[in-house]
Amino acid sequence: MNIASKADAIGLGERARRAARVAGEFADAVDREGRFPREGMEAVAAERLMGIQVPAVHGGEGATISEVAEVCAILGQACAATAMTYAMHQIQVASIAGFSGGSAWHAGFLKRLCDEQLLIASATSEAGIGGNLRNSVCAIETIGDTVRLEKDATVISYGANADAILVTSRAHADAAPSDQVSTLFLKDQYTLEHTRDWDTLGMRGTCSDGYVFRGEAPKEQVLPAPFAEIAAESMLAVSHLLWGALWYGIAADAVARAQGFVRAAAKRSPGTTPPGALRLAEASSLLQQVKGNVVAGLRQFEAAKGDADRLSAMSFAVAMNNVKVGVSQTILTIINHCLLINGIMGYKNGTPFSLGRHLRDAHSAQLMISNDRILGNTSTMLLVHKQDTSLIG
Amino acid sequence: MTTAEIIRDLVGKHGKLPVDVATLGDDSDLYTAGLSSFASVQLMLALEEQFDIEFPETMLKRATFASIRAIADAVDSIVRDQAAA
Ligand SMILES: Cc1cc2nc3c(=O)[nH]c(=O)nc-3n(C[C@H](O)[C@H](O)[C@H](O)COP(=O)(O)OP(=O)(O)OC[C@H]3O[C@@H](n4cnc5c(N)ncnc54)[C@H](O)[C@@H]3O)c2cc1C
Repeated sequence: MNIASKADAIGLGERARRAARVAGEFADAVDREGRFPREGMEAVAAERLMGIQVPAVHGGEGATISEVAEVCAILGQACAATAMTYAMHQIQVASIAGFSGGSAWHAGFLKRLCDEQLLIASATSEAGIGGNLRNSVCAIETIGDTVRLEKDATVISYGANADAILVTSRAHADAAPSDQVSTLFLKDQYTLEHTRDWDTLGMRGTCSDGYVFRGEAPKEQVLPAPFAEIAAESMLAVSHLLWGALWYGIAADAVARAQGFVRAAAKRSPGTTPPGALRLAEASSLLQQVKGNVVAGLRQFEAAKGDADRLSAMSFAVAMNNVKVGVSQTILTIINHCLLINGIMGYKNGTPFSLGRHLRDAHSAQLMISNDRILGNTSTMLLVHKQDTSLIG
Repeated sequence: MTTAEIIRDLVGKHGKLPVDVATLGDDSDLYTAGLSSFASVQLMLALEEQFDIEFPETMLKRATFASIRAIADAVDSIVRDQAAA
């Protein structure tokens, strides 16, 4: 039993590394042209990584959040756009697999997702609410057995390339802004009217354009659990952990490039310590902090898994928020250290030591659900939450 | 006033609900009625002040604030525990 699960885990890592090699080859082109990371995502699908998180009964491999995070970290070291596309897809899979109850339609969809390696996008952000995903303006309308929804979605990553989109909305026309549901629409059930271009500093390949989404589907495609539960018990934590994993990947590759630079300098003048060596040691220590932060978060999530009370506890939300804020800030410091080490060779594009793409991609981390918004949210909880001062927990 | 009545009053004052608290039953889902996480913390602080209690960490979860009755049960159990201590 144990041996089999271990073999699977090793298999996943190898498959992810093979996909990452392809993604890495095209990372600069994807970034420069601001285009969908087609080659990387095709390689991910060819390695059959899209459905790994789906339970075996529905055709998947039942991979844990930590295993999915490892795949994100591996892809993140090669191409952040591929990694972010993959991570966002897995966040949606976690919501559907975890919160569709006994819904036969969703079980059937998960089976199809594994068979056909489908890609799911997310539309939570909306004009007028920014990154406050626990509020919606738009409301889903039920007409007999059909639901209909129109949403002014400001950002839908890889919307044009997705096979399905999970969309949040108010539960009905009279519902409060926080009384939300989440509905999975298939590609032939919606149209996307392009409204906003994604010409950004970094994460250019996520193609996170804005659209007016218009969809109509059978009402069984609405996830049975209220979105409040999905967000509290899965989406927020899984987002912060999988994003954290790929952000770690970006920083880890930057440190690898800086280490390559320092090592090359050391070889050129044996017996002397290259000037960047100390800074590299510092970057390595910071990278370990980031890794420790993400891994501790993953452990906490795995320990609470399936326990709605623990997952919706304030202490858990505070911990996950802290992972997100801490990792998103520290990777910038790390990559900046690496840039100082590599100097002009890091500043230039197209060298083995280039760091421009890493630095630009990493800058999205603090905005992807604004750190100020998250800190505001944590500070509210700290008014009542009692700190756990134990070390091991 | 009963505990539930006091709580109903505090939900009305601090819950920032888009609906009148009088339209809600003791078992109505407060989150569905629009209780935000920010407002639930403000409500918790008001409850701690009103009943001179402190919510233990184990009660700081969504389910505790799901309805007026759930809050009343939580408050009653903390009051009982504090009296026994
Ligand atoms: C690479 C990338 C991919 C994305 N993909 C998707 C996607 O696929 N689907 C999707 O729905 N969304 C997506 N998003 C959007 C994301 O989830 C957030 O909605 C978005 O980053 C928030 O945008 P904003 O900064 O304009 O809005 P806001 O959250 O409104 O913030 C604007 C600014 O106002 C300030 N601010 C606002 N509210 C507060 C507050 N309460 N406390 C303190 N300060 C505050 C902050 O300084 C903040 O920077 C993506 C974002 C990125 C960067």
